[in-house]
This record gives sequence, structure tokens and C-alpha cells, in this order.
Amino acid sequence: MLTKEKAHEIFSRLQKLSTADEIEALIYGGHSALTRFANNTIHQNVAEENTVISVRTAFGGRTARATTNKLDDDSLKRVVQSSENLAKIQHPDPDLLPMPAARESPSFTQTMPRRHFDQTAATTPEDRAEAVAKIVGVAKSRNLTTAGIFSTAKTVEGIFNSLGLSHWHTQTSSEISVTMLADDSSGWQKANSPNVAALDAVALAQTAAEKAAKSVAPREIPAEKYTVILEPAAVLDMAGFMFWDFGGLAILDQRSFLTNRVGSKLFGDNINIWDDVAHPSQSGSPFDGEGMARQRLQLVENGVVKRLVYARGTAAKMQKSEHKDQVGPIEPTGHGFPLPNEMGEAPMNLVFAPPLQPKTIDEMIASTEHGVLVTRLWYIREVDPYEKILTGMTRDGTFYVEGGKVRHGVRNFRFNESLIHMLSNVEEMGMPVRASGEESFDMVVPAMKVKDFNFTEVTKF
Amino acid sequence: MKYVADWALNTAALRGATYADARAVDERSRALSTKNGTVGGASDTESRGIGVRVIADGAWGFAASDDLSRAAVEATAAQAVEIAKASASVKQHDVRLAPEKPVSVEWTTPHEIDPFTVSVEQNIDLLLKIDAELRSVAGVTLAETNMNFRREEQWFFSSEGSSIHQTKYTAGAGYAAYAFAGNEIQKRSYPSSFGGQWQNKGYELIEELKLVENARRIGEETVALLKADRCPEGAFDVILESSQLGLQIHESVGHPIELDRVLGMEANFAGTSFLTLDKLRTLRYGSDLVNIVADARQEHGPGLGTFAFDDEGVPAQCTPIITNGLFTGYLSSRETAHTIDLDRSGGTLRAEGWNRLPIIRMTNVSILPGETPLTLEQLIASTDHAILMETNRSWSIDDKRYNFQFGCEMGWEIKNGKRARMLKNPSYSGITTDFWNSMDAICSRDEWTLWGTPNCGKGQPQQVMGTGHGASPARFRNIKVGSAYKGN
Repeated sequence: MLTKEKAHEIFSRLQKLSTADEIEALIYGGHSALTRFANNTIHQNVAEENTVISVRTAFGGRTARATTNKLDDDSLKRVVQSSENLAKIQHPDPDLLPMPAARESPSFTQTMPRRHFDQTAATTPEDRAEAVAKIVGVAKSRNLTTAGIFSTAKTVEGIFNSLGLSHWHTQTSSEISVTMLADDSSGWQKANSPNVAALDAVALAQTAAEKAAKSVAPREIPAEKYTVILEPAAVLDMAGFMFWDFGGLAILDQRSFLTNRVGSKLFGDNINIWDDVAHPSQSGSPFDGEGMARQRLQLVENGVVKRLVYARGTAAKMQKSEHKDQVGPIEPTGHGFPLPNEMGEAPMNLVFAPPLQPKTIDEMIASTEHGVLVTRLWYIREVDPYEKILTGMTRDGTFYVEGGKVRHGVRNFRFNESLIHMLSNVEEMGMPVRASGEESFDMVVPAMKVKDFNFTEVTKF
Repeated sequence: MKYVADWALNTAALRGATYADARAVDERSRALSTKNGTVGGASDTESRGIGVRVIADGAWGFAASDDLSRAAVEATAAQAVEIAKASASVKQHDVRLAPEKPVSVEWTTPHEIDPFTVSVEQNIDLLLKIDAELRSVAGVTLAETNMNFRREEQWFFSSEGSSIHQTKYTAGAGYAAYAFAGNEIQKRSYPSSFGGQWQNKGYELIEELKLVENARRIGEETVALLKADRCPEGAFDVILESSQLGLQIHESVGHPIELDRVLGMEANFAGTSFLTLDKLRTLRYGSDLVNIVADARQEHGPGLGTFAFDDEGVPAQCTPIITNGLFTGYLSSRETAHTIDLDRSGGTLRAEGWNRLPIIRMTNVSILPGETPLTLEQLIASTDHAILMETNRSWSIDDKRYNFQFGCEMGWEIKNGKRARMLKNPSYSGITTDFWNSMDAICSRDEWTLWGTPNCGKGQPQQVMGTGHGASPARFRNIKVGSAYKGN
């Protein structure tokens, strides 16, 4: 596994090969493994080792990137030359800033929680198979079929530049996702953590199995507006679609639903959202694609969008733009993607603040006269970029709630729902938890009870 | 590369593998883009490594490494066997592979111009020219262009004696204009959305696309959409232009015919399929006019699913999927062929790169054009009242591939055989088999285009793959239109 010292030595070699005014290298890689099961059998089981060197060079307002996973001298020379050749032929961009010096991004002020666990890094194929065997045991005991994954990884990432900036991050990760299938129903659960010891494969399997069992013989009920109880994974997969719009460049490009809306009350009073890489339930490195420290920021306060996130270059552009007096504080916040890029920046470590009176999902069900409990959403896509209407399907455990009780499984719905509308209609919330779905990056989000959620069609299962 | 592969195959055999294959891949790609008059991105990427796939104790193992030294390759093969033996502790049956005759083959994507020989200056100048054309239209608030090239050289060796060396070239280019005003953002793309048109060919694709020639029109349509009427809601006849029909095929035919989905192997992520095995040769999938094939052969065209051999050494084939409306075939692999009583794989196993396990992927899943000459304009002229929809804007379908909803960038109301008015925010939805059974006209070969979908996601860890979809414009009767905005 690559060490910071070895990575720094590679960067020194790159620096010597370069004729550019400035050079930066992102160096990352690691070992990852994933055991995949279906039909109560491990059917795919993979492992990978890779190290990537990504070089950016700059010549007076011109910059470009070249990337390789070949570490021999000739390949390093070629990757530097490729980057330089791509950079040199461009017209100078007056908005391109010099690379950040070490003093611009000193040591990180926030205390980062531990994100590397030896037990996760040491997980073997046999360990993963043993856990899968337990999941299969749960399935067989309930006369179900199971499918899912158990993955573990150890990764490193570093950034170095010719102005002395040097940052390094190591992390482990682990994830279990379980689907349980009956003849006409299914249930699902997923969890991940840097610490594999925090994952309980059997508990996840039992919950998924319970959902599959309880939703057998799903009934069709009409597609219309319902009060819905969205489990955290469902909230995550919806909410994830709006955070790409919280970057300053999205406003400058006029492709954000927040254009002309920063400072406005868009959501309910009970919506408070932070971006906080150091949150104990978050993950990832404490620096961005240029090596700037990721700052802790409150993006939404009592339903009002208070501020955006910025890469260095975007902040400078915003200061000169017609929007500068309408977008809240403007400063580099450590949320930029590696340059050059077209997206600018985005918050990637989102944390919903706990509500004043958190409710459990059981309490939300108990307070619902007529509604739908949703385990998971699927194939979500944006229908309207400014009203933020999303479409998608429910999946793997959708239930009718009546008189404060879960009554039976229902056939899956298609929704067409505005995120603005949804986050304005949150009646109750749970305590935020680290959640993982399939449509968005992981977040710390609560379960939500939402009124008037817009189901428009029913499918055939 | 043969000696490198031999290190892997010999180690796998010594460790107890009953089957092994090794795929070494050396890949190079270039991505260029512009945004509002400046270079948005310019990057070159190369990646090289080896993936070793084995069967030991009747179960699969796979390991991959970027290190091609003898010690690393042998360690990778040994790891693959160790993983397979762990897999064998949770199995119901031993893996069975359909037989395949070993071959020794060299193949390269037919191409006229190696895209990496064309100067970056020339490419960026072209993109900036398009950008200027788009932004010359008042009201265009954002212009984005892109151009992408890829060269993938792969060496495949198996313990059964196959030796296959393939070099594939891919090119893609496109652009989009956006207009923001009031409370809406409108967008038009060319030649298609989400990156434009992509094919397995050389730089000649870029020259064929007439990119600059269409830029002003696209800019003008973008701005015109702001003032267009909103697409009505209700049941209408719908005409889909060919790129949208290509995506319709991808989602509502291509994915459900993947045999691994049908057998439950994707149940946790991509989903399963309504096409259970009992439906083969019994399900009326579409109307008599619907003829769809999965064709990886060069004679089908330069699609993103065109190759000589798949990633487990099976030759490219053409499988009839829907024949005169009847469901007739799945996408299969050596492991899954026996489940539908085939004695040979359909040749559809592909991997994103050296570090991914090959899985069943669409090749070129295409609807065959109508045999009676029919242009789009003639189809419109023969239509009393319908909504014509162009260029995909959003797509979504359930995890068994029944219920779908698509949004398009632009619509036209067709009245009495003519385009009566432009419509914004058009969308349509339905159930897969109902939809395909409602097709009552399809344009002929002159209107047929082999579109590339470069971003198909599947598998865990997820793999992104390019697929091809040939289509001509077609008409569908009595389709649900406008649900995307219902209640909002």
C-alpha cells in the first residue's frame, strides 16, 4: 500500500520532469474487495489493487490534467508531458488562479474522527463469506432468497503541489447491502462504516427478511397524494439531487434551482442542513480537489438557503459577478473538484440537523391515519431542473399505513415530486443517521414523514 | 502479453483452478470540453492492468492488479483462487460453462482516422466554434460542448487455449445549450443528450456529425422553448424520434433481456426482470412491426456494442430478441446459457476495464427499420393528431422494467399531418409490453441511426459500459402523456 513518503517521492520525480510554471499531483489508490451473492450463493467475488497518479500542470492561465496508473519512469515522463501539451495549446483563462500555497491550506482546524480501522483493512475473503453464510442462513430460515454484497476497502489519497502544499488521508470502508426476496415481495437494508465491526450482517438480514415477509401479496392502491414515511435511505436518495446546485459555479452558470433564491425560505422551518466532513458519522478526506481544507458550513437554516460552497476560482468569479450581493458569504470553502472541471464544487458531507422533537419510525406510523411507508426509492431522475421535480419508483418494501398501523404491502408507485415541495411538507423527523442508498452519496439524514407526496402511477408488482 | 498471462494461468492451475482466464488491458482516453467560451476540461488518461478470473472448487474468484511484474501477477492469480475457494463455502451448485472452441485472433475496430493523431488544437478550435454559434443566439445562458476518444487494447488468454487480441476505438461528441429565464431552465442537445453521439469508429465520426452546422438551430430551439406551450396531459398518439426510441429500447428491452437479471443475480442493485423464463417464445412483447436484435457483429454497424469477441472469448453474434412481436431471445453468457437450453453463449459478457469482472451487457440492441419506405416527414404527414418528442431529458423505469417514464427536451403537436406548435416539457409513461404492442408505424432504413449510450451502469462494484441502439422514428397509439408534471 502506498505511503505518504512514497507518494511524496513520486511527486518529487514528477516535479523534476516538468517544465510548467506550476505542477500538482493527486495520488490515490488502494485495495478493495467485494463479495456478491444472489440466489443464496456467492456468485461474484472480486478484489482489486490500483494506484493512480493524476498530474495537473499550469502555464500562465492555462491548465490541463493527465492521469496514469503506470509508475515507471517513462510513464511518469509521459504523463507530465501529456498534461503540459494539453495545457500549452489553450488560450489563457484570465480567471484561472495560481495553485494554492501551503499557507493557504494549513493543517486542518477541525478534529477529524478516526477513519482507518485495522480490522476493516485486514478483512479476508473468508471473513466476508462467513458473514454471507449467516445472511443466507437468515434467508433459508424464512424460506426466502437473498442477494447482496459485502465489501471492504483500504484507500489512500494525497495532494501535492509545487507551492509546497501537501496533504494525505487514509481511510477504510466496509458495506453490507441485503435484499430478501419472496415470490411476490422483497425487503432491503444497507449499512456502511469505516469500521467493519460496526456492521451487523444478521440484523440487516433480519430486518430485510421481515420487510419481505410483511409485504407478501401486495395490493394495488390508487396513485395519488399520500402522507409518506420515508426511511432514511429514501430521504437520502431524493435529497442528494439538490446539493449539486449548492455550488457557486452552478449559480454563475444559471443551471441551479437556487439561482435568484439564495436567502429565500424554500423549505419548512424544521429543515437545517450542514456540510461537515468532521461529523462522526461522515466519511472522506478533509481537503478538496485543490487541497483546500473543507470547512464546516450551515447551508440551510430554518428552511432558508443561507449560503453556497466555493472552490477558490469560483469564489473569485462570484465576487466579480452580478450575483455577488444575492448569494450570502463568498469565500473559498474547500469544496472544489480537481481542476480543470466544469462542475466547480459541491458539498459532499451533508448532515441534517436533529429536529427539536425527534420521532421514531414507529411513532410516525402511529400518528398516521392514512399513508404509505417507503423503504427505498429507485431510478430517480430530474424532470424539471428549476422546480426540482424528481421522478422515480418505490422498491423493496412499500406498505399501506392506516389507523396508525402498517396494514399490508402495496404495489410499487412512481412518484413525480418537487424536492422544494417535499422539504416544505415535513411533518415529523427522526434522529439523523448515516444512511446509504444507490442514487446519491452517503449522508447523515433522518427518516421523514411528509404530507402530500405525489404518487402518479402504480406498477405491476 | 502472453508470458504475463501465462504467469497468471499457470499459478491459477497450480493453486487448484479448474478454469482460468486472464485479461490484460491497456487503455488510453482523451476528454475535451468547453463551457461558455473557455476550455472546461482537457485531460488524457491511461490505465493498464490485468484481471484474472478463475473457477476453483466449483465457484468463481476474480482479482486484478495494476502491477504487471511476475511476482504481482502470480500473487493476483493466487488471490483469485483463494477468493474462489471462499466463494465455494456459500454455493448451491457448481458453476457450469457452456463449451467454447479456443481461438487465436487479432482484431481492430475498423477506422479511417486514429483520433489520437488529430491535434488537440484542432479539436478545441472546433468546440469553441460550436460554442460561439450556440451563444450567438440571444437568450442562451449556458453552452457546453464535449469531445471524447478512447483506445482500448485487450489481450485475452484462457486455460482452454484461447488467445484473442482486440483493439477498440471509440469516439463521441456533442453539445448542449441552456436558457434560464423566470422560473424555468430549458435545454437542447445535439446530436443527442448526455454527451451526444458515440460510436466505435475513428475521428471520421466527428466529421460526419455536422456539429457546427446544427449549432445555431439548437440555440434557437432552446430559447424558443421558454415561450412554447407546455405539453398537455392525457392520452395521445406519440411519435418518437430515433435517439429517444433508442433509449426506450435500452431501458424497456435491453435491460429486461439480460439473463443475469432474469436469474436474480442483480436483485440487490440493478433489479430483476419481468421476462421470467416461461415467457421465452410465448410472450407477445410488441406489435407485428416490432423486430429487435442484439447484434455485436461489425455488419450491424459501428455501435458501442460492436466487437469480434466478448470478454470471455465468445465470438460476436446476432440474437433475435423480438421477432414480429414475439419474445425470442435473451442476452446470455457461458455460465447462464444452459438455463435457457442453449449449448453456446450468446457472447455478451463484457467488463468496463482490467479491474472489473465481465458481466452480461447489452451489445447493439436495435429495432430493425420498417421494410416499406417511410420517412419521418411522411410519418408525420400520415398522422392526424399526435405529440412528436425529441431528445431525452429524463428517464426512469422500475426494477423489473415494467413501468417507465421518459421526459424529452422538445415536443411538437402534430395536427392534420403537420407540426402545429412547439411544446415544452413533454413526457410519456406506460407499461413496457403495452407500449411496444401499440407501435403501428416505423420509418425505414434511411431514417435509421445506430446511437451510442456511453453511460450504462450495472453491477457491483458498478461498471459503466457503452451500448449501441439502432432505431428509426416510430409511432405509438394511445400513450399516456404529461404525468411528469401532474400534481406539480
